[in-house]
Amino acid sequence: MTSPSITSTRSLLRTLAPVAVVLTVMGIALMSSGYVVTVIGFAAIYGIFCTGLNFFMGYTGQASFGQNAFACLGGYGSAILCGGLYWDPLPAFFVSMAFSGIVAAIIGYPTLKLRGHYLAMATFALGLITYEISIEWVSLTQGYMGYSGIPPLGVGKFELVSEKHQLIALTVILLVGIWISTRLRDSRFGRALRAIAGSEPAAQALGVNVARYKLLAFVIAALYASAAGSLFAHFIGFISPEVFGGAMVVQSFTMLYLGGIGTTWGPAIGALIVSMLPEFLRGLKEMQDIAYAIILVSILIFAPRGVFALIGGWFRPKAKEGDAP
Amino acid sequence: MSASALLEVRDLSAHYGRVHALKPTSLLVNEGEIVTILGPNGAGKTTLLRAMLRLTPSTGQVFFKGKDITGLSTHRRAEEGIIMVQEGRGLFGQMSVRENLTLGAYTQPSGTMSMDDRLDKVFALFPRLKERINQIAGSLSGGEQQMVAVGRALMAEPKLLILDEPSLGLAPRVATEIIETLGALNRKGLGILLVEQKAPLALKLAKRVYVLSLGRIAAELPATDIKSHHDLAQYYLH
Repeated sequence: MTSPSITSTRSLLRTLAPVAVVLTVMGIALMSSGYVVTVIGFAAIYGIFCTGLNFFMGYTGQASFGQNAFACLGGYGSAILCGGLYWDPLPAFFVSMAFSGIVAAIIGYPTLKLRGHYLAMATFALGLITYEISIEWVSLTQGYMGYSGIPPLGVGKFELVSEKHQLIALTVILLVGIWISTRLRDSRFGRALRAIAGSEPAAQALGVNVARYKLLAFVIAALYASAAGSLFAHFIGFISPEVFGGAMVVQSFTMLYLGGIGTTWGPAIGALIVSMLPEFLRGLKEMQDIAYAIILVSILIFAPRGVFALIGGWFRPKAKEGDAP
Repeated sequence: MSASALLEVRDLSAHYGRVHALKPTSLLVNEGEIVTILGPNGAGKTTLLRAMLRLTPSTGQVFFKGKDITGLSTHRRAEEGIIMVQEGRGLFGQMSVRENLTLGAYTQPSGTMSMDDRLDKVFALFPRLKERINQIAGSLSGGEQQMVAVGRALMAEPKLLILDEPSLGLAPRVATEIIETLGALNRKGLGILLVEQKAPLALKLAKRVYVLSLGRIAAELPATDIKSHHDLAQYYLH
């Protein structure tokens, strides 16, 4: 039998260990060169994006291949408002988020009546449409040439000019995003989302308004995606349609499943692993991609529910004697 | 409509594609009554329940406590107090027993009763669940899972509890234990609509029986009129 003190210590470790991992990685990045800061900065931005996507795909168990559309809206929103209309980054960030949320609600209302593969295809089309618009509406987006001259993050006259300062800001935003995700997951709202993932009819029969909660999860995912898109624009100072293309979908899915879909910290841990791994393998030159693929597949074989689910299991209280297996 | 009618279903009908799975069916459950629907495999029992809760598209009318709830969605019917324990239990297998039970109280406004008090009421009926509170529901035995399913339904403080084959896959002793618990709940005034294939088990509880065969009500009769399988077989073959 496991004593309560051991159980609470394990629970505390389970909470603190991922925070320590993220802070350690960020700390190492801050002591390193500009390139490492950029790589880890991308990881933090993807961590935010995937934490949002996790609401819809992980907690709620739905499929969305089009969340890059909302990152695109957030990115271009911040780029146009700050680079073209000279807004401050902060109001542009929130206005872009609000716009993305409204668009997600309008599109999600009819689209989320679909299920399974049909929903996946509809959301995929959403990403493609946004991609095409960002290419074709040249007067607004500058098309293939992309949008440059986007100022760094900042509030009023205070600008985070240094990449390292921006990385600190990204880390704080990522941790706040995960904290919100954790709090919501364990709330009445989060339980309802997970009930939908478990069985929609059972959730409905218990009084859960399935359509409403799916839409809310979709909108929350869009808000996170928009934030990630805006942060990317400010971090790099340039965006183009390719940034929010199909590669983003594949990349974010890899991060989500590798880190642990449906877990609170999995998306961020997955983003760190997938972003850093190619850098560790760079010395292998032409073998780099092969080694990368082998490592990813191996992780998914030995930790099919993701790295965080595997590590989390080590800290989970053991079942009592006599418990059913 | 009877003054004491809890649930009244009028001409409920459902199709699966071209198959008319449930032909116009009417039934009544009075306040504090246990009614059983018996029928062989494929008779339309589960379709009838799903249609009542609007989990399956249907035509016809459904009244609850005198109110026409035909237009209400499934979750609104749950809010009205109609809670169903689905066939196969419908547990959220990756969630703990506590989380499953807590979800049962989803429709209950906070402040009316603390969650711990609600859980204690369930543990009074199924003490074994208290020992399993933090265990993942999918890892429980079949009998314990059924206890969680019934306990979760009770967390919602239902006015009408609907159960779809609660004895399915359970050892006879466990099935009897569940049925006896339902009897105790009914004696406290809870209306119950029980769908079963195992007639002897259901007839221990019910006062009134609907026999469903080939998607239609073949008979409505007092439970005491059914003495043996032979009595039912004539309706099944109807």
